[in-house]
Amino acid sequence: MTVHSFQEHFDNLIDREITIEPKDWMPDDYRKTLIRQISQHAHSEIIGMLPEGNWITRAPSLRRKSVLLAKVQDEAGHGLYLYSAAETLGVTRDDLYDQLHSGKAKYSSIFNYPTLTWADMGAIGWLVDGAAIMNQVPLCRTSYGPYARAMVRVCKEESFHQRQGFEIMLTLSKGTEVQRKMAQDAFNRWWWPSLMMFGPPDAESPHTEQSVRWRIKRMTNDELRQKFIDVTVEQAKILGLTVPDKNLKWNEERGSYDSGAINWEEFWNVVKGNGPCNKQRLETRKKAWDEGKWVRDAAMANAEKRKQRKEKAAQAA
Amino acid sequence: MNNKNEWPLWEVFIRSKAGLDHKHAGSLHAADEKMAIENARDVYTRRQEGVSIWVVESKHIHASDPDESGSLYDPANDKIYRHPTFYNLPEEVKYM
Repeated sequence: MTVHSFQEHFDNLIDREITIEPKDWMPDDYRKTLIRQISQHAHSEIIGMLPEGNWITRAPSLRRKSVLLAKVQDEAGHGLYLYSAAETLGVTRDDLYDQLHSGKAKYSSIFNYPTLTWADMGAIGWLVDGAAIMNQVPLCRTSYGPYARAMVRVCKEESFHQRQGFEIMLTLSKGTEVQRKMAQDAFNRWWWPSLMMFGPPDAESPHTEQSVRWRIKRMTNDELRQKFIDVTVEQAKILGLTVPDKNLKWNEERGSYDSGAINWEEFWNVVKGNGPCNKQRLETRKKAWDEGKWVRDAAMANAEKRKQRKEKAAQAA
Repeated sequence: MNNKNEWPLWEVFIRSKAGLDHKHAGSLHAADEKMAIENARDVYTRRQEGVSIWVVESKHIHASDPDESGSLYDPANDKIYRHPTFYNLPEEVKYM
């Protein structure tokens, strides 16, 4: 087949909603875009463990601690599923780590905000995981097989993440005045960054059209953001908390909430590395990687030694 | 490429419950087979998804070439008589 007919065959599979698998021919841009998107997502899971890890030893009860530990462990797992999916596209794990550690690859900017109080564990689960789920559910039907299968697993596991966060918020909002205020404060700080998680507005998102065509993206940033706002505002009512947006108003005609303008300047500033915790997050991650080097080397040396011993024994027999 | 020190890649297969086949779950990196099984337990069976785990180093997997699917599966294409629905039975034959 010529490149032209390969392309035609690929387009045909995409149009018929047939899954693309690692050994199938695919356009270079499709491969590159997927590697970028999947690895960004994997990095986000790995960096995403840090803000919550911060509270594991300070969880208010053994139950909360077990739950938080399980959630953070899931995030490690999700990072691993996604790195594996990216590796099927011909990039190595070490390359991916290099890209993260050198700052070349991005991760979700939300994790560059600090976790100041216990209520932040509630707000992150409820809002950040809520937004992530909204983003991820359509990706269970994405065109690239290994990615779609990883997302099915991730989504199945993630719904407990959001529920445990909502439960923390519910407990706080029904608690003492100080606890209620703590919940509202966390909500105030995490609401806008959560809305930014869906990415820049459609008008400024040049790759959206191509990605939707390839079924790497299944809904636009603005569509997903609106969906998240509509669902979350109702949940805030149950919590008795106030959405920190004076311009929020139900629009009868659209059947959706109208909301205030997002501070995109802040968003781009955090993306560029100037958020409150960018430096700290990356340094913590690099430190963990560097200090783990002797363990990785020792495990490899041990495996090598055991292999040689086995071979020798086989020869002697 | 930069993977000189990287732990090898393993494919993980999991039997979800007794009586079922092992099914491909995903892959992971590990220094040896023992660590691969332990990592597979942590990565792929956090919610009791399995009762048995197989790991195979990815380099030992041989796969068919998707570009040759046409000719590879062609011989089975026109042999519809291999399916029971190919045969017409009189209505009196109730169970067969």
